[in-house]
Amino acid sequence: MNLGERVRDDFPLLHRTINGKRLVYLDSAATSQKPRVVLDALMEYYHDYNANVHRGIYRIAEEATARYEESRAKLAAFLGAARREEIVFTRGTTEAVNLVAATWGRANVGPGDEIVLTIMEHHSNIVPWQLLAAEKGARLRYIPVTDEGRLDLSALDGLLTERTKLVSLTHQSNVLGTVNPVRLIADRAHAMGAKVLVDGAQSVPHQAVNVQALGVDFLAFSGHKMLGPTGSGGLWARYDLLEAMPPYHGGGEMIMLVTLERSTYKDPPHKFEAGTPNIADSIVLGVAADYLRGIGFDAITAHERDLTAYALERLRTVPGLTIVGPAEPVDRGGAISFTMDVVHPHDIAQVLDQEAMAIRAGHHCAQPLHRRFNIAATARASLHLYNTREEIDALVDGLHAVHRMFTRSPHPV
Amino acid sequence: MALDDLYREVILDHYQHPRNRGRLEPSDVSVEGANPLCGDELAFFLRLRDGRVQDVRFDGRGCSISQASASMMTDAIKGKTLDEVRALVAQFKGMMRGQEPSSDLGDLVALQGVRKFPVRIKCATLAWVALEQGLDEHAAGRPASTATTETEP
Repeated sequence: MNLGERVRDDFPLLHRTINGKRLVYLDSAATSQKPRVVLDALMEYYHDYNANVHRGIYRIAEEATARYEESRAKLAAFLGAARREEIVFTRGTTEAVNLVAATWGRANVGPGDEIVLTIMEHHSNIVPWQLLAAEKGARLRYIPVTDEGRLDLSALDGLLTERTKLVSLTHQSNVLGTVNPVRLIADRAHAMGAKVLVDGAQSVPHQAVNVQALGVDFLAFSGHKMLGPTGSGGLWARYDLLEAMPPYHGGGEMIMLVTLERSTYKDPPHKFEAGTPNIADSIVLGVAADYLRGIGFDAITAHERDLTAYALERLRTVPGLTIVGPAEPVDRGGAISFTMDVVHPHDIAQVLDQEAMAIRAGHHCAQPLHRRFNIAATARASLHLYNTREEIDALVDGLHAVHRMFTRSPHPV
Repeated sequence: MALDDLYREVILDHYQHPRNRGRLEPSDVSVEGANPLCGDELAFFLRLRDGRVQDVRFDGRGCSISQASASMMTDAIKGKTLDEVRALVAQFKGMMRGQEPSSDLGDLVALQGVRKFPVRIKCATLAWVALEQGLDEHAAGRPASTATTETEP
């Protein structure tokens, strides 16, 4: 039994039927399904020890605080962080990127400075930098993307200069599936004195990510794509950077002492966690990380690579289908985007929905990337550890049916 | 909820064999419509004579519903007076909001099935929103602009 078949029973939602058919969930790049241990842990928190953290002098508050900080330590270990204080809980990747832009960015980026991004970024790794650049008179530059869907590294020399303050790029594209050579780019950026942020939203759930091996300064990630609850996630940053960064939001929990004139702040990570945090979901994110580690990324990555290779091969049999992104299963993950010559992506998704198949259609929050390929939208099937070859077969059969439906000619004009 | 309600044969026919496709230059009314969320794009060109739509063309790309709706619309408005066209726009938009059409809408009735698929309603109305804006701009003597279903209430 392969991994997908072995773990399916852990995910109650995957047993749901729609129109009398078993759900085929192929939209994990948007959000992942949750294993029962995650659902149980959420219920357990509210059922047994719901209390605010870092303040109550009573039993359940101590329990909640201990579990919240224990989850931080789990995530630090999960990402290979040097210490647990390097993990700041956020609502997800988007908030983590915005946190860096609003704190480190405001303090370190000035007029004429440059921030280097890539054409394949998700809007959440473009818009915060546009806001910062507009405020500071800084300039954004973009690493181009080749026709195959890889970063054009030949452009790096021209893009990285002494004006570069930050390189911010995705580890794994949510559209193309491309896994970027982060270490290589980080070393080149550091040689120019720039800092490096990596968007790990699509990599952290699927491959063993070690922030120290990656050689970056910041990593943003989302809980809901790694089998955890929505509204959870975090920022990892080197401790010395966190120490030097000004606070993000002001409020309770992040202060040492408040007078009418001024305040002093707690040390990281608490300096960046104003107000009552998302206690339940942050605790349960640690449970999701435990589940992934329990299965092991060797097995997860191998299974997803097998599925991706199988899907890429089978999709070639569909008439008029073009893969947007690397066509070979090398340095790429299981987000597979495509177009069909005679059928718009929304129509593809609509017809597959009738067969209880969930795929995504649209620009996937990456309009500049779609513009690069001169298309308005793609259809995207994206995989996770719980998918199987049978589901790929169902997708391919469905796409053949879509093609037949939109090429049959009822009565030619 | 049957897929056949959405992809009626006449809709697939208009999608595969669009009527009045192309551009008219010069034209008396030209307007573009865009749905930035899904990337549907439409452009309409009308030539008027004696207050009637003498000729009409459309260009664009997008899903079957948006393109079929545009094709059917051009068929439906050709030869009509501007007042009749406006009445038809009101009828069509009303139908997509759930009202029963009071006059015979011909092939356009096929788009009624789209109502069962709420996320696709804007695909069907894009052409009509754009046409209405083009007529408004023509009446006011304003230059052409781009209409979008996103500003529709």
